[in-house]
Amino acid sequence: MAFINIKNKEVQAKIVYYGPGRGGKTSNLEYIYQQFRDRIPSEMVSIKTHGDRTLFFDFMPFMVGKIKGYSVRVQLYTVPGQVKYDATRRLVLKGVDGVVFVADSLSVQRKKNLISLKNLQTNLAAYKKDIFKIPLVLQYNKRDLEDQGIPVLPIDILEKDLNQQLKVPSFPASALKGDNVVATLKKIISLTMVAFQKGLT
Amino acid sequence: MASYEENSVSFTENSLDQRQLEEIERILHSDLISNGVHCVLLIDLAGNIIAKDDNGASRIDMYSLAALSAANFGAVEAMAKIVGEEEFALLFHKGESESLYFGKVNNELLIITVFGKEISLGLLRMKVADAMEHIRKIWRKF
Repeated sequence: MAFINIKNKEVQAKIVYYGPGRGGKTSNLEYIYQQFRDRIPSEMVSIKTHGDRTLFFDFMPFMVGKIKGYSVRVQLYTVPGQVKYDATRRLVLKGVDGVVFVADSLSVQRKKNLISLKNLQTNLAAYKKDIFKIPLVLQYNKRDLEDQGIPVLPIDILEKDLNQQLKVPSFPASALKGDNVVATLKKIISLTMVAFQKGLT
Repeated sequence: MASYEENSVSFTENSLDQRQLEEIERILHSDLISNGVHCVLLIDLAGNIIAKDDNGASRIDMYSLAALSAANFGAVEAMAKIVGEEEFALLFHKGESESLYFGKVNNELLIITVFGKEISLGLLRMKVADAMEHIRKIWRKF
């Protein structure tokens, strides 16, 4: 749930990166953090296990700029992808304004993508939000692995599996190399802001 | 079920007008900062900052503190339910020189105070309780 501060002319929105474990959600944020140090007024916060897996979430604020005279600040979060952390995943989704679903392109992860997307729908429903209506972008991550001869799912299979009904914008990407990481971010910010402007008028 | 329109409603529901915000900031200052609190945040449970104030000497990353506080509060509330409690009344972290105290204003809002040795926990709790009551009254008005 976004907050608008009329006095300071500031809007805060919450964007959550969701998806299966080891899919590249944290890598997305790390790339953004490296690329946009001037727009990120603080350190990236990560609550992770000793094995470097996200335990609760990663967080960083990102200054978008001005829209209709308001300074827009988006708060970027990731959720822990592992199935067992469903309770904490649900907590992070509280008040979410936009979602990036980071799917793992690895062929062996096909089923995990589907389970995680279904889990997103269930957890959004717990907050009375509809996956078909919330601003949502799909990202098919790890496309770079194809060059190394590792079997990845073709884009049309991923689209069929995950986006046939949703019909939302989607990007093939490599969070590690940075391909389409920024394009994904720009798209979700733009969809979220459009949803807000409908609220402002 | 939910829609952009519903999101917009919650968006506007959380739009305090300038007078209300000024009133809340005045309360945070007079009840807490004037009594020796280093920094105070009023946040919603999604981790957004609604109002903030500090004593001018504070160098705290307030946005990260807000995000972590909302998550921490959610986690502690979930723990309370597991042991059969609705919630835990006292949320307090004591440090060597800085301590944190959390108060639940209502189902939407949380107040976080950062304080040192200048103010006792007892007095702080009293002042936070006063501030929360004042904020509840303002919040109810819209």
